[in-house]
Amino acid sequence: MSIRHGLLALLERGPMYGYQLRAAFEESTGATWPLNIGQVYTTLNRLERDGLVRPLPENDGGQRPYEITESGRAELAVWFATPINRTDRPRDELAIKLALAITTPGVDVKAVVQTQRTATMRALQEYTRLKTRDDDGLDLPWRLVLDAMIFQAEAEVRWLDHCEASLVRHTRTPRTPSAAPSPAPAHSEVTS
Amino acid sequence: MNVLEIRDAYRVHGTGEAAVHALRGVTLTVAPGELVAVMGPSGSGKSTLLNLAGGLDRPSRGDVFVEGQQIGRMSRRQLAAMRRRSIGYVFQDLNLLPSLTAAENVALPLELDGVGVRKARQLAVAALGEVGLGDLAPRFPDEMSGGQQQRVAIARALIGDRRLVLADEPTGALDSQTGEAVLRLLRTRVDAGAAGVLVTHEARHAAWADRVVFLRDGVIVDTSGPLTEPEQLLEPAS
Repeated sequence: MSIRHGLLALLERGPMYGYQLRAAFEESTGATWPLNIGQVYTTLNRLERDGLVRPLPENDGGQRPYEITESGRAELAVWFATPINRTDRPRDELAIKLALAITTPGVDVKAVVQTQRTATMRALQEYTRLKTRDDDGLDLPWRLVLDAMIFQAEAEVRWLDHCEASLVRHTRTPRTPSAAPSPAPAHSEVTS
Repeated sequence: MNVLEIRDAYRVHGTGEAAVHALRGVTLTVAPGELVAVMGPSGSGKSTLLNLAGGLDRPSRGDVFVEGQQIGRMSRRQLAAMRRRSIGYVFQDLNLLPSLTAAENVALPLELDGVGVRKARQLAVAALGEVGLGDLAPRFPDEMSGGQQQRVAIARALIGDRRLVLADEPTGALDSQTGEAVLRLLRTRVDAGAAGVLVTHEARHAAWADRVVFLRDGVIVDTSGPLTEPEQLLEPAS
């Protein structure tokens, strides 16, 4: 996703200047995606260069609002109509980390998996708590963003479970003579 | 005082070569107002842990205390009384008796415990009101949705002075919205002072808990929750 399309969507509501855009962006993503004002202006410059927005005269406060152009609207319509391609997303650092953990000698892969799972679980608990706390005042857009984060974290935990199960199966086969991870990782005796 | 306290519990099924070590030294405490989720693959000891907590099974070694009472020292009769009075169960299915109305289902544990029928019904209707089902008291289970039935089960699990609720995959066949409503309710009841243990394989559901313990091969391998929990600091690492 791009900040670019996010800003276009906000400008579709009406002209706004930089600080308003930043505030509106953070509001609509429940502040889960903080933007700095520099990113907003850089993006506005590129949008202007591409003819998707145009600057309006400065107001009395010296702020320059921008408005969306016809090509901007067309671009936005295409964005809403097109599914997001998974390969366009940033590469998954965790998947790469695990792949490297498996092939690097001396790494306790099970411990890497468990450490990540506990961290992801904690994040999941925190998101859920947010949901409980703001139950009444929660508006739909923010609730959906929160749910997206919850489902993504859940997917990560499930994937980690899957990785662990695969590891167990893999280490049971006698085909791994060298660098077999020790069966009793140091953290295994932690109790609640 | 902790409502549930499991101390260094072992559970071995069978003997000799065929012995299965379902739990190997599990320590777990649950205080009033606390919901603890237990996650683990099948065969990790989740059900055994829940059975020990509910007095349905006894540890081979170690102790289980419910409201300060040691389960291992109880007679069969005492244990049955404690299960009726102190512990509520919510299972994935087979929760409600189909030939009884919602109110009768909720009243049943009280009646079994000798509370008069009229008094028990009164309490049951009030308990159903607390889970938002006051109007459905005269309905039979098959006249209610899955989510409503599960809420009746939660009302029944917590009626009377029960302060320990044990839930085993309580959202089993429910869709995600209804499942969430059930967990929200469980959370509310626990916040009101009960202690809860929730066994689930779904992280999204476990996330409603204050603490999540990860069980592997009968051992708690990790806990996710508040970083500084008093008893975690006091408990010696065994």
